[in-house]
Amino acid sequence: MSELTNLTIADARAKLAKGEISAVELTEAHIQAMEAARGLNAFVTETPDLALERAREADAAQKKGEAGILSGIPLGIKDLFATEGVRTTASSKILENFVPPYESTISANLKKAGAVMLGKTSLDEFAMGSSNMTSAFGPVISPWKRKSNSNAQLVPGGSSGGSASAVSARIAMGATGTDTGGSIRQPASFCGIVGFKPTYGRCSRWGTIAFASSLDQAGPMTRTVKDAALMLQAMAGHDPKDSTSANIALPDFAAAMTGDIRGLKIGIPKEYRPDGLSAEISKLWDDGIEMLKAAGATPVEISLPHTKYALATYYIVAPAECSSNLARYDGVRYGMRVEGKTLDELYAKTRAAGFGQEVRRRILIGTYVLSAGYYDAYYTKAQKVRALIAEDFRKAFETVDAILTPTAPSAAFGLGETNDDPVAMWLNDVFTVPASLAGLPGISVPTGLSSEGLPLGLQLLGRPFDEETVLKVAGVLESAAGFKATPNGVEI
Amino acid sequence: MGYVIQGETGDWELVIGLEVHAQVTSKSKLFSGAATSFGAEPNTEVSLVDAAMPGMLPVINEYCVEQAIRTGLGLKAQINKTSVFARKNYFYADLPQGYQISQYDQPIVGEGTIILDMKDGSTRTIGIERLHLEQDAGKSLHDQHPSKSFIDLNRAGTALMEIVSKPDMRSPEEAAAYVTKLRSILRYLGTCDGNMAEGSMRCDINVSVRKAGEPYRTRTETKNVNSIRFMFQAIEYEARRQIDLYEEGGEVVQETRLFDANKGETRSMRSKENAHDYRYFPDPDLLPLVLSDEEIAKVKASLPELPDEKKERFMRDYQLSNYDAGVLVADQESAHFFETVAKGRDPKLAANWVMGDFFGALNRLGKEITDPPVTAANLGALVDLIADNTLSGRLAKEVFELMVETGKAPGDIVEERGLRQVTDTGAIDKAIADVLAANPDKVAEYKSGKDKLFGFFVGQVMKATAGKANPALVNDSLKKQLG
Repeated sequence: MSELTNLTIADARAKLAKGEISAVELTEAHIQAMEAARGLNAFVTETPDLALERAREADAAQKKGEAGILSGIPLGIKDLFATEGVRTTASSKILENFVPPYESTISANLKKAGAVMLGKTSLDEFAMGSSNMTSAFGPVISPWKRKSNSNAQLVPGGSSGGSASAVSARIAMGATGTDTGGSIRQPASFCGIVGFKPTYGRCSRWGTIAFASSLDQAGPMTRTVKDAALMLQAMAGHDPKDSTSANIALPDFAAAMTGDIRGLKIGIPKEYRPDGLSAEISKLWDDGIEMLKAAGATPVEISLPHTKYALATYYIVAPAECSSNLARYDGVRYGMRVEGKTLDELYAKTRAAGFGQEVRRRILIGTYVLSAGYYDAYYTKAQKVRALIAEDFRKAFETVDAILTPTAPSAAFGLGETNDDPVAMWLNDVFTVPASLAGLPGISVPTGLSSEGLPLGLQLLGRPFDEETVLKVAGVLESAAGFKATPNGVEI
Repeated sequence: MGYVIQGETGDWELVIGLEVHAQVTSKSKLFSGAATSFGAEPNTEVSLVDAAMPGMLPVINEYCVEQAIRTGLGLKAQINKTSVFARKNYFYADLPQGYQISQYDQPIVGEGTIILDMKDGSTRTIGIERLHLEQDAGKSLHDQHPSKSFIDLNRAGTALMEIVSKPDMRSPEEAAAYVTKLRSILRYLGTCDGNMAEGSMRCDINVSVRKAGEPYRTRTETKNVNSIRFMFQAIEYEARRQIDLYEEGGEVVQETRLFDANKGETRSMRSKENAHDYRYFPDPDLLPLVLSDEEIAKVKASLPELPDEKKERFMRDYQLSNYDAGVLVADQESAHFFETVAKGRDPKLAANWVMGDFFGALNRLGKEITDPPVTAANLGALVDLIADNTLSGRLAKEVFELMVETGKAPGDIVEERGLRQVTDTGAIDKAIADVLAANPDKVAEYKSGKDKLFGFFVGQVMKATAGKANPALVNDSLKKQLG
């Protein structure tokens, strides 16, 4: 069985196409893995029966020669994507029993491509967090362990922590994530997998529970760059139901991975090497630069001068939008309701009981920065800085074809090891947030291990809607790094 | 001197500005495909977007945008080629998203004007500050259950145009004329049905008072005024209340007030201190609305002739007075009816019949012009019968009443009832001779100077001819015979 769960999507597709394996076999192997790894708490809801039903459909389609691009491939779906008839919680108490009567465009696209949904993967509540510890259904555990202290439970990162943990632990061949400030890339880095946030507007947001609408973007989480390209091919595309979805033709993403990056210029932003950057991360980055250089690309030092304002800007823009986006969870029409004597009391009690601490914190910050008298000082200024950050990138991409940076400032941390300082937690996103603010495509590729044997990733950024170059360079980096490590808890 | 209210400390002038919420005539809502018919069963016209289900996104209804452009052009206003939708955040049970999608600092339509024709023949130009598109909220029903409120989301997400005037009105009459004229323009354009009773046109009234020559004083905003009559009451009440406050040494506070139609008074709803902080910000789910010159030109080319232009044409082509033309163009149906009657006929005569007996009949029968008791073709035929002397004015009135009663054509009625006027001078002379012969004493009195008796003789002649004698011929002949 472990052989089946260790396959890449690309390999599984080939075997399914040749009839060497069936989608039902492949799905059963993953359902068993899902059951065996429940200790990771990667799923909020498992849907094994539905998965087998879809697997049978995939086998039938394969026989008829009508197999879609992801036919029979077992995937985890982040519990932020509405799935028709399957409860969708955003890892929040307030939606604990919410069963949508509609299917998000992303999950519908995957379904259309023949993918098999294993279940709904856990996340930080409403995608707010970098550790998956803010889920109302308990933290997700990373399958990785430190060499020195194999008992310490590590976080998978967040917010797409359930997806990262499941893909890394070989429970799912791939999983959907959403990335608002790094929620695909940071957990991918922590869990030693590939996480790809495409350009804002590449994937429809329709039916995806909103955190910060101007930043939220869905993307694939897989074990190889090629798999990410295949999955994105099925997920992406213009959707008239999302006004911010780009009406741009989809390229063949996998075909872009030619392996040839000779002559490409790779930007190395000096602002991403602050004084406090760990030697381990610094070396990882340098190694990555050398790998691309060896493959014929030219590293070019660039400056992104407004980088230092990115995190502060993000923590104004994202909470502002979330304070408004989450207003609909009021106990009136669906979701949790705690009765009150007055309407205001109903609101207060429902939202106090339904939202966790981090969500409440961000709603409060967002409400504050949009308030009369503070709006210009915070929200307006943040919008201006956001434009400057985008302009930094635009200028840089006049001379370089892609940008290489670390994904996260550290390897995964332990479950009990963070103090209560929320700002310390927010620093996890320091390298991922700028590209989110600029709406750029960014991928995290695992390229090395920390001294404790934990995975570390590098991030590649590209021009808007130039996912092809990002994938091309990422494929080369992946081959050069030859990252083969697997979580110690996982038998291969 | 315009409209003033006399207070103990002197005369006070009113300053009035209106915010009219006009429901856009459209089959579907502003950001969803749900239907918008009036009077549907509660919660049957609600899409996932309208109910603000998780992950739902708004998509602009292009027809509603076109309607807003059309309205802007009808108000001779600036069309802004870039406008932005913003979220107006507040919590209420009938506001599913927890925010209303509206337009804030970048509305689709900028400044324009409306010209008012006042009853005294004067005109007033009222400035339009802006027009913006926004979603309506649902309805809270508080009278369905002893302790619960029910929510109907049919109206949630319906497109509204908020049309904001400048504070240019100075009397309740002007405010009423403004709303009437605005409604007329909207109906001509087909962008709002203007039905205040059904709530498709609602008015918020800003009122302040001041002494002549002063700058503006503090204003209050009165909501929930849903008829022109109530608007009069609300303005008069609110102005009087403010004057009394000032004259008692008090101050007017800026606040939102509610009109109580039962008591005919306004009362405080919330003060400025308790005013909502709506935390407006651009809606990140929607891109800025960008219009091309071609789109605007296309809408412009499809505009109908509007009341002001039509009125000018009526005055020019039909030689009608300002007042008559104004009355006839108030709605398109009346104008069209008139033009059908007037075509190829004496326009003044046609206007008199349409505005006189015909409008009178509509009022008396409580009918709309869309369902007229007499068709325009038949009324035209009646005018023809007057013009060719078949009918006298008096007979024509009689025939008209029979037309209203029977729906028949005037020619048929004339034939059936033999109502053709007598223009045979021989017959008229004979009737006069008979009358004079039968009343020798009255003839003597007349000849001795009692001129008033002339009318008596006319009456007797008409009586003798069953009202059918041509009155002009009777007059002429009678004068001759009486010498």
